[in-house]
Amino acid sequence: MDTEYFFRHKHILGIEQLSPDDIHHILNTAKSLKEISNRSIKKVPTLRGKTIVNLFFEPSTRTRLSFEVAAKRMSADTFNISASTSSATKGETLIDTAKNIEAMNPDIIVMRHAYSGAPLLLTRHIDASIINAGDGTHEHPSQALLDMLTVQEHKKSINGLKIAILGDISHSRVARSDIQGFTKMGAKVSIAGPATFIPPGIEDLGAEVCSTNTEAVKDADVVMALRIQKERQNDPLIPSLREYATFFGVDNALLKHAREDALIMHPGPINRGVEMSPDVADGSRSVILEQVTNGVAVRMALLYLVMGGEKNSNSDN
Amino acid sequence: MNTVILKNGRLIDPANNHDKENTDLWIQEGLIASSQAVTPDDAITIDLQGKWIVPGLIDMHVHLREPGEEYKETIASGTQSAAAGGFTAVACMPNTHPVNDCATVTRYILEKSQNCDARVYPVGAISAKSEGKGLADHGEMKEAGAVALSDDGLPVLDSQLMRRAMEYSASYQMPIISHTEELALSRNGCMNEGSTSTQLGLKGIPNAAEAVMVYRDIALSELTGVAIHIAHVSTIDSLNLIREAKKRGVKVTAETAPHYFTLTDSAVTGYDTNAKMSPPLRSDLDKETVIKALVDGTLDVIATDHAPHSILEKEVEFSLAANGIIGLETSVPLTLALVHKGIISAGRMIELLSVNPAAILGVTGGSLTIGHPADITVIDPDKTFCYTPDKIVSQSANTPFLNWQLRGKAVLTLLGGRTTYNDLD
Repeated sequence: MDTEYFFRHKHILGIEQLSPDDIHHILNTAKSLKEISNRSIKKVPTLRGKTIVNLFFEPSTRTRLSFEVAAKRMSADTFNISASTSSATKGETLIDTAKNIEAMNPDIIVMRHAYSGAPLLLTRHIDASIINAGDGTHEHPSQALLDMLTVQEHKKSINGLKIAILGDISHSRVARSDIQGFTKMGAKVSIAGPATFIPPGIEDLGAEVCSTNTEAVKDADVVMALRIQKERQNDPLIPSLREYATFFGVDNALLKHAREDALIMHPGPINRGVEMSPDVADGSRSVILEQVTNGVAVRMALLYLVMGGEKNSNSDN
Repeated sequence: MNTVILKNGRLIDPANNHDKENTDLWIQEGLIASSQAVTPDDAITIDLQGKWIVPGLIDMHVHLREPGEEYKETIASGTQSAAAGGFTAVACMPNTHPVNDCATVTRYILEKSQNCDARVYPVGAISAKSEGKGLADHGEMKEAGAVALSDDGLPVLDSQLMRRAMEYSASYQMPIISHTEELALSRNGCMNEGSTSTQLGLKGIPNAAEAVMVYRDIALSELTGVAIHIAHVSTIDSLNLIREAKKRGVKVTAETAPHYFTLTDSAVTGYDTNAKMSPPLRSDLDKETVIKALVDGTLDVIATDHAPHSILEKEVEFSLAANGIIGLETSVPLTLALVHKGIISAGRMIELLSVNPAAILGVTGGSLTIGHPADITVIDPDKTFCYTPDKIVSQSANTPFLNWQLRGKAVLTLLGGRTTYNDLD
């Protein structure tokens, strides 16, 4: 890496805005912070006195918990606001909600929202750093970063790998972030699923669209399945979960086409027996729980870096 | 006698096959008059060297928001915006609160438009409350002064209702203006379907959502023999259907809006809610095809779909933002861009912005015929200006053209001889 490099992002809105150098730097920082979680006293004073608000407009267990654990291990004060307890249900606008939180001087707002672009909207109205913890079907950058960290730990380098992502690409913010992230790091990303799950123009993000799971998985180093739902907002996407499991689920027969040492990943939560058979999810090649562990490390890195882990500037995003 | 003489302008009057430089136009007692040998002593003369004198522009598709949403626009502010954009008449869509589906609302709009800065032609609803269930009272709206029918903003999904509306309204000579959108295909969509919508994670609206209904309406026009006007056409698919139908002799006319030949869906990047409208901004191919259709006659009219919204509707999450942009003040420069590029002639521009809308709506105007009311627009085709927030006349500021450097504008607007806008140097 260039010795002149410094991390200059105030916000983490998406993988789209991150350069390969940024991603390298985040992953390296995460690796060095990961060890803290293995100590008997899992806490460092790095972010002492910093206030972090987890502003979640959508239900989330693991991502919210992961950010909270990450913040606490860095000694930040954390506050959780979820949609059910916020003013959103009382008709307050997103901007008003955020301005009210801002009036209490948080340093970072970690935000999840059902609508794409909502975190970007907030950056135009408030001064705190915004970390996107998932916005609509747009991006989920911390998930893609923890996926990349997990792959990097096993495969040394992401460059040159083949990553297969299977399932509901259309409605997946994880897929959009992963496709961009892995592609930026030099991997080839192949996607497959029923045509109702493949959004138009996804090739422009860098993915190769395959007509079958077998083709996507062939010689893959990583096989990732996405959570699927039968329908969304009155849109009939697949006939039934059973039919999906039969023709598109990831099972051991499909994995025969992948490399023998292929990693099995899933962003969670899994519909066992639907997009992934239980023996695959629990098998020796599955790194699904490592993804969760790495999530804390990556989020510690993001919190640290946006707080000016090094010299920071407000000039971007 | 009150006489005004517009001197030395390029007089463009396609309805009378007239396009001549250095021409004078006389106005007496608010009417277009023939020029006389002797200039009266008290005549006001205005030198218009280098400028165009054209029939007052007519925007057949605007939303004035009154009654019901006066915080966005009123009939007074909307007509001021029209005058500033060079328009002397506007047709206002019925999606007010309450909906203009009866004589009472039509009369209210016309009363409010008295002494305003543009003629206001109310468009009545096709269906009661625009709910798409039963016919609104077309006859009483016609009697009260409505000139056309539309459920704009909402498509008439029930094909039988559309058929009956066409048949019934024909006896009142009220053209039907159709908002063509198959809601099952556009549901939850908030921008054009394509790689930009995929990248932004926004639900897309495919071209087929428009084309399916355009074909439905063409088929109903053939079935009933009644004319249909297709509003805000945005796609190549729709234009192909309309072009073919016209060749067959179907009585179909169509309009587009300046944003469809100026912008593409890439304008949504950054989740700019001022680039959100229905139908959505489309692909580059669609944009280029709209331009060709303005040239070849597939499109008859440029209308703005002027749709004022406040920040309450626009400074929100993109998916939740209201559709629509204001357009009255940018229509002339954006259309002139096509003239400057040599794509359409000045005469064609005036056909699209004045002659054809007058003919389709069946209203006066669209020409500089002697004896007609002096609804006249003077355009300086080369005057440049930056469309900054302080210049906006409309009560709302939802425009993707904010801070654009524009070339060409209306510099004098006369309504029945009365000056409604004057930006002459």
